[in-house]
Amino acid sequence: MTYLDFEKPIEELNEQLDKLRKIGEGGKVDMTSAVSEIEEKIQEAKRNIYNSLTGWQRVQLSRHPERPYTLFYISKICSRFIELHGDRNIADDHAMVGGIGEIDGMSVMFIGQQKGENTKQRQYRNFGMANPEGYRKALRLMKLAEKFEIPIVTLIDTPGAYPGLEAEERGQGEAIAKNLMEMTTLRVPVVCIIIGEGASGGALGIGIGDKVLMLENTWYSVISPESCSSILWHSWEYKETAADELKLTAENMHKFKLIDGIIPEPVGGAHTNADEMASVLKKEIVKHLTSLAKFTPEERIEKRIEKFSSMGVFND
Amino acid sequence: MAWFKRDKQGITTSTEEKLEVPDGVWWQCSSCKKTIPTGDLIENKYVCPQCNYHARINSNEYFNIIYDEGSVKKLFEDLEPKDFLGFVDLKPYKDRLAETKKKVNVSEALTVGSGKVNGHKLVTCCMNFNFIGGSMGSVVGERISRAIDYCIQKKYPLLVISKSGGARMMESAFSLMQMAKTSAKLTQLAKAKLPYISLMTDPTTGGVTASYAMLGDINIAEPNALIGFAGPRVIKETIKKDLPKGFQRSEFLLEHGFLDFIVDRKDLKQRLTDVIELLMHKNEK
Repeated sequence: MTYLDFEKPIEELNEQLDKLRKIGEGGKVDMTSAVSEIEEKIQEAKRNIYNSLTGWQRVQLSRHPERPYTLFYISKICSRFIELHGDRNIADDHAMVGGIGEIDGMSVMFIGQQKGENTKQRQYRNFGMANPEGYRKALRLMKLAEKFEIPIVTLIDTPGAYPGLEAEERGQGEAIAKNLMEMTTLRVPVVCIIIGEGASGGALGIGIGDKVLMLENTWYSVISPESCSSILWHSWEYKETAADELKLTAENMHKFKLIDGIIPEPVGGAHTNADEMASVLKKEIVKHLTSLAKFTPEERIEKRIEKFSSMGVFND
Repeated sequence: MAWFKRDKQGITTSTEEKLEVPDGVWWQCSSCKKTIPTGDLIENKYVCPQCNYHARINSNEYFNIIYDEGSVKKLFEDLEPKDFLGFVDLKPYKDRLAETKKKVNVSEALTVGSGKVNGHKLVTCCMNFNFIGGSMGSVVGERISRAIDYCIQKKYPLLVISKSGGARMMESAFSLMQMAKTSAKLTQLAKAKLPYISLMTDPTTGGVTASYAMLGDINIAEPNALIGFAGPRVIKETIKKDLPKGFQRSEFLLEHGFLDFIVDRKDLKQRLTDVIELLMHKNEK
């Protein structure tokens, strides 16, 4: 179990608890009341900490090293899944995964960024930063889904689209731009869920849907708090302030009507009970896909355009 | 021993205060350093006669270059930016907006004009780099969105002239969503079968590149303009290597298949006319 800096009080209490339990196991002293006292303290510490998380703390939770990623959720949600590869042009992007899965007898196209669980895997997945071929692979799979009338679910978790030399040569901007336009007019239902980091264009590139949802401890912003700090404050030291100013939490995004809903996480974050998180996610996906299926493709497209067209604040 | 000592090292003028277009009598090319009378520069459409450097200009200058004299009217000027988030970095966004408005002669980072180009109707959304780095916020998105509605209603083609550092951070996710908004609106223009020409000028980067700038039926650019998704500094830091000469410049993008052609400013009006005439043809249907 990895604790984040602000989770220190919980970590200390847990250590105390372990010690007491060990003593108790010795059988010489009765520790029952002491144990239950500490357990109560842990619950209280959790309530205090997790009920008043700052923007930056949510960012930290969204990047927790034990946080579940796209392929984990797919494996838990689907009874069957065939992963599909390649953009049919230049490569298979390992940072962007996708394939057809089955949920309660229904075929669903899953697409999402994938991060790695250890150093080697993280490199292989390019830290969840897709290249243009990743966005083009995503579009290919979306078009495939459209052809066979399969609804689409995207799981978003990226620190950004990859800022590399080859990425620019192959048109990172064009690849994302094209997805934004194409996703607007997809004839099948599209549900987009931010499961971790929602950084800027890299997230939006698979983020145009009839329903856009965020897990409770995720963020969605025009720029990461670190980069924002470096550009606007000319220093890397203001990431906490930047996170506050950017209003990047699910709660704010929902309040601003820039997303359609928030999916609650287990107390302490998705990683504390990944299986439970997956089952909540599955229920949400089924619920939204079922209700979206009641509309005609034309109705869904019209609503999608209307929704995104109405985003923005200005004086008129 | 020098007679004068510079007490502050380096360039201290902030990006927003830098004036590309001179208001003095003389103008010095920032590329080849040649000095010419400002009148000659304007005559030459703000392009250096010696090295063909295209100086950064705003919507007013572009409208003069492309539209027939006296034909252009500005649209949606009443839309004004709003500091909805109460964003504060080194200075409050509200103050930044007020200061910018005092300093520049445009109302936002994008101005919409409708007029005639060699007699053909054309709506132009032109970005203004001196308004907070030509950054895309809610007003930019809404003006493009209304310009598209206007084009559909009147059956006019659309030109967007991009010149931007990307999305405006001070409007956070609202800025990000302007990428989605403009792209969604462009599907309606496409459905109406009206031409969309995207002209990229120096610089076009970030969220602007990753949305409307790259979505033209015809994508064109001025010579040697910086065009990319990630900025060169970020890429250099990521790959820890020097970038090749000409990287992310118009000629590089043409070579890699992302532009239809590069157009000199002096030819812009005629090339636009050609594109409009050929796309909005009178072929028998």
